[in-house]
Amino acid sequence: MLGYNISHMDILLDALRGPWPWYVAGPLIGLTVPLLLILGNKRFGLSSNLRHMCAIAPSKNPFFRYDWRREGGWNLLVFAGIAAGGFLGGVLLADPAPVQVAEPTTAALARAGLDVDGRLAPAELFSWSSLFTLRGFVVMVLGGFLIGFGTRWAGGCTSGHAIMGLSERQWPSLLAVVGFFGGGLLATHLLLPLVLAL
Amino acid sequence: MTSANASTTSEGRSGTAVTGFAARYVLIGMYFGFVLVKAEVLSWYRIQEMFRFHSFHMYGVLGSAILVGLVTVWLIERYQLKAVNGAAITFTPKDRSWARYLLGGSLFGLGWALTGACPGPIAALIGAGLTGFTVVLLAAVAGTWAYGSVRGRLPH
Repeated sequence: MLGYNISHMDILLDALRGPWPWYVAGPLIGLTVPLLLILGNKRFGLSSNLRHMCAIAPSKNPFFRYDWRREGGWNLLVFAGIAAGGFLGGVLLADPAPVQVAEPTTAALARAGLDVDGRLAPAELFSWSSLFTLRGFVVMVLGGFLIGFGTRWAGGCTSGHAIMGLSERQWPSLLAVVGFFGGGLLATHLLLPLVLAL
Repeated sequence: MTSANASTTSEGRSGTAVTGFAARYVLIGMYFGFVLVKAEVLSWYRIQEMFRFHSFHMYGVLGSAILVGLVTVWLIERYQLKAVNGAAITFTPKDRSWARYLLGGSLFGLGWALTGACPGPIAALIGAGLTGFTVVLLAAVAGTWAYGSVRGRLPH
């Protein structure tokens, strides 16, 4: 029951801080697809930005020689907007409560040697100082490298294949999503325990 | 400034049109980034729960997002809705092969589980103050660069 001293503004701010349940967040994420199509006639897909960033640098490789402003200017703006949205949601309107993690996951991570710290991502792996630990370096640098290599080879990531591609009923995107999950299961259950033991 | 104006828009090259063009995409990005944080789908822990089948959250988010995408794309096709600039919205089938999707997809999956992030969430995490993800972003750009260098020798 809400007390009478709680103003509407407090209720609104509390709702904005989250976390939001899947049935609120999921449909809102899905709406990005028609928003981009109707407002810009653009296909949702964020990994292309990694290629555009390569194309900004001078290169002899024809794969990176194209007019990145014309092809990808809009998408780089989306990418920058996402960072701004992250600041808005993660700093200005940050959820003060620690991130809750399912009990069996907490237990499994503890067995692998990692304690849940209530942040969005464990500081033990993703802080600047962890870059100088072996496991932090492997997770950040090898993990990031695989994201960049794999998404371009597959021609898309979670947004381009799993959300946009499946929304368009593209069979290749279903194959890609099968690959995403296969790789993810492999990394979680075989690779990560080895890396966390480093 | 005119370089930011895509050739596909019917807008002129006046300053306000370019600003409007830019603002539209930045705002869509902000909307998406904000939801990513509030859904916690950019959390390394949520991705761990997903790949360990310990929580329904990620499956619910992705499933309902795809459902909304499916329905809205179907509506756009069914009623031949046009973009605001008047252009027809068309969908091009992707190449029918399997190697690039399964192999490339698996490599991305490895990186997704290790970092708990994909390209969109990386940007949102940096904005949310987890600046260590700048390293992940730079490594991802390097990965794309490496792919571009060896792609001629890879099956697609």
